Amino acid sequence: MNALVGYGEYAVSLLTIGGIYAVMALGLNLQWGYGGLFNAGVSGFFAVGAYASAILTAPVTPGHFVGFGLPIIVGIVSAMLLSAVVGWFVGRICLRLQSDYLAMATIGIAEILRLVIDNEIWLTNGSRGIVAIPRPFEDLPGIWRDFAYLGLVAAVVAALYIALELLARSPWGRVMRAIRDNEAAAAAFGKDVASFRLQAFVLGSMAMGLSGALTAHAFKFIGPDATLPLITTFLVWVMLIAGGSANNRGAILGPILIWTLWSATELLTGTLPPEWQIRGSYLRVFLIGLLLQVVLQRFPRGLLPERPPRPPQAERVDAKEG
Amino acid sequence: MSAIIAVDRITKRYGGLTVLDACSFEVPRGSITGLIGPNGAGKTTLFNIIAGVTRADHGRILLDGADVAGKKPHELFQLGLARTFQIPKEWTRMTVLENLMVVPRQQAGEGVLAAWFERGRVRREEMAILRRAEATLEILGLSGHRAALAGTLSGGQKKLMELGRTMMVDAKVVLLDEPGAGVNRTLLGDLAQHIERLHRGHATSFCIIEHDMDLIARLCDPVIVMAEGRVLAEGKMAEIKADARVRAAYLGAASPGMAAA
Ligand SMILES: Nc1ncnc2c1ncn2[C@@H]1O[C@H](COP(=O)(O)OP(=O)(O)O)[C@@H](O)[C@H]1O
Ligand SMILES: [Mg+2]
Repeated sequence: MNALVGYGEYAVSLLTIGGIYAVMALGLNLQWGYGGLFNAGVSGFFAVGAYASAILTAPVTPGHFVGFGLPIIVGIVSAMLLSAVVGWFVGRICLRLQSDYLAMATIGIAEILRLVIDNEIWLTNGSRGIVAIPRPFEDLPGIWRDFAYLGLVAAVVAALYIALELLARSPWGRVMRAIRDNEAAAAAFGKDVASFRLQAFVLGSMAMGLSGALTAHAFKFIGPDATLPLITTFLVWVMLIAGGSANNRGAILGPILIWTLWSATELLTGTLPPEWQIRGSYLRVFLIGLLLQVVLQRFPRGLLPERPPRPPQAERVDAKEG
Repeated sequence: MSAIIAVDRITKRYGGLTVLDACSFEVPRGSITGLIGPNGAGKTTLFNIIAGVTRADHGRILLDGADVAGKKPHELFQLGLARTFQIPKEWTRMTVLENLMVVPRQQAGEGVLAAWFERGRVRREEMAILRRAEATLEILGLSGHRAALAGTLSGGQKKLMELGRTMMVDAKVVLLDEPGAGVNRTLLGDLAQHIERLHRGHATSFCIIEHDMDLIARLCDPVIVMAEGRVLAEGKMAEIKADARVRAAYLGAASPGMAAA
């Protein structure tokens, strides 16, 4: 029985974190899958959201700047808004760059943000991180607490999926894919490429900020380690590419699958002799990279590849019949 | 102003190479103007300057009488200019139908908020756009490919689809860069017919770059001959054919099209 509860807790935690990664991947999918924008600084937007919500909601402690004790919902909404603002500024500067330069610029910005977090101790508490971040549903007993948080994450994923799927099927999404496929032709047919790209970038950044906030509240703690590019930027890219970019379902399936496997590799490297443990994290990256290669051999465009939406006529016929 | 497009002493250099050399001509309103000349004459570069893609070093472009200096490609489209590309720029991972449906101006559903909250209105608009796109594909004989990804079409089909994109709006003027290239001979006759029909139906003017002299002779008046960045001759096809300088330019460039014509 105890073992069963243990497995249950493990599954709940896997799905919760997988779901949080799905929020991140859905945001990246909007930028890369639909917009062709190579954001290699996902960790930066994640960090903005995580720290914004953490600082605003952590309890007020005398003699300490960190902590405003605001309600969690205020923290989460502010995290999204701040990420949007940062996304807007970054987008205004970087989106006119070619794809590979955009990647470099976003990596740079994410690294700057990480240095800020490491060094602006008055704001972020530096390497010790922010503790005692409130978590919703704290009054619930035992595993129900974790279940409730999983429910929250699932609801966020579902709402985000619906919102992004509506966008993807709309004329807005059609313009985004046109810009992705051929920018010059989209401009020649009247589309304001810079404006559409900025919109996609800002919306995607908001989702990344939201995932940061959800992480901070899930762990009740946020420190600079959580913003390392390896476990945000790198993993989320693997998740999206494996799941299938330009497919919002792929952007949910990929994270859950890859996070499960990533966690499994931890169990695996845990069995290594102690002198190898230190190399374990490199081994995990290697294994995940290998896995991505295998997936892409078999499914070159991801497990759930892009499928153009059906034309509106089909829906009209359905509506008539129904 | 009788010209829908006036090209006024346009000069363009790439490094030491003068691609356009104070080039001037007009596309009369309501005409189908042909633009011919050997490869490298600067025709495509001129199209790109008119469409706002490339900036000229000197000179002006007047669109419907107004100087369009500094206008971006998407702004020029809003002003009534539509174009195709010498090398097709299809949206590869989108269906042929979608490639046409992208085009219409000012779609309500291109706004994020409308896409979320005004879905009834967007749907109604989509139905109208869909009908126009399907009618266009029907005319072009591409209906069978409506659900195909544009990247999978043949070169000739892409050319037709690009023409179709320009048919999704009531443009003031359409620039076609070698619409017949890669299109087989039977389809070429159809293509000419489509352009004639568009020309009759709307009050749209055309400027067509083309190497197929039969197509030019059938459709275009006036015909402008460019060579080495300048206008060499200009007039009806019959006059052009008789022009010794034109023959020399084409023979010099060893282009069989004109030599045979
Ligand atoms: N971006 C560019 N850089 C350098 N040279 C160019 C560029 N674009 C065009 N050219 C040169 O300009 C000349 C005219 O090209 P183009 O306008 O394509 O001619 P056409 O369409 O009449 O065949 C060619 O010699 C070509 O090599
Ligand atoms: Mg050319």
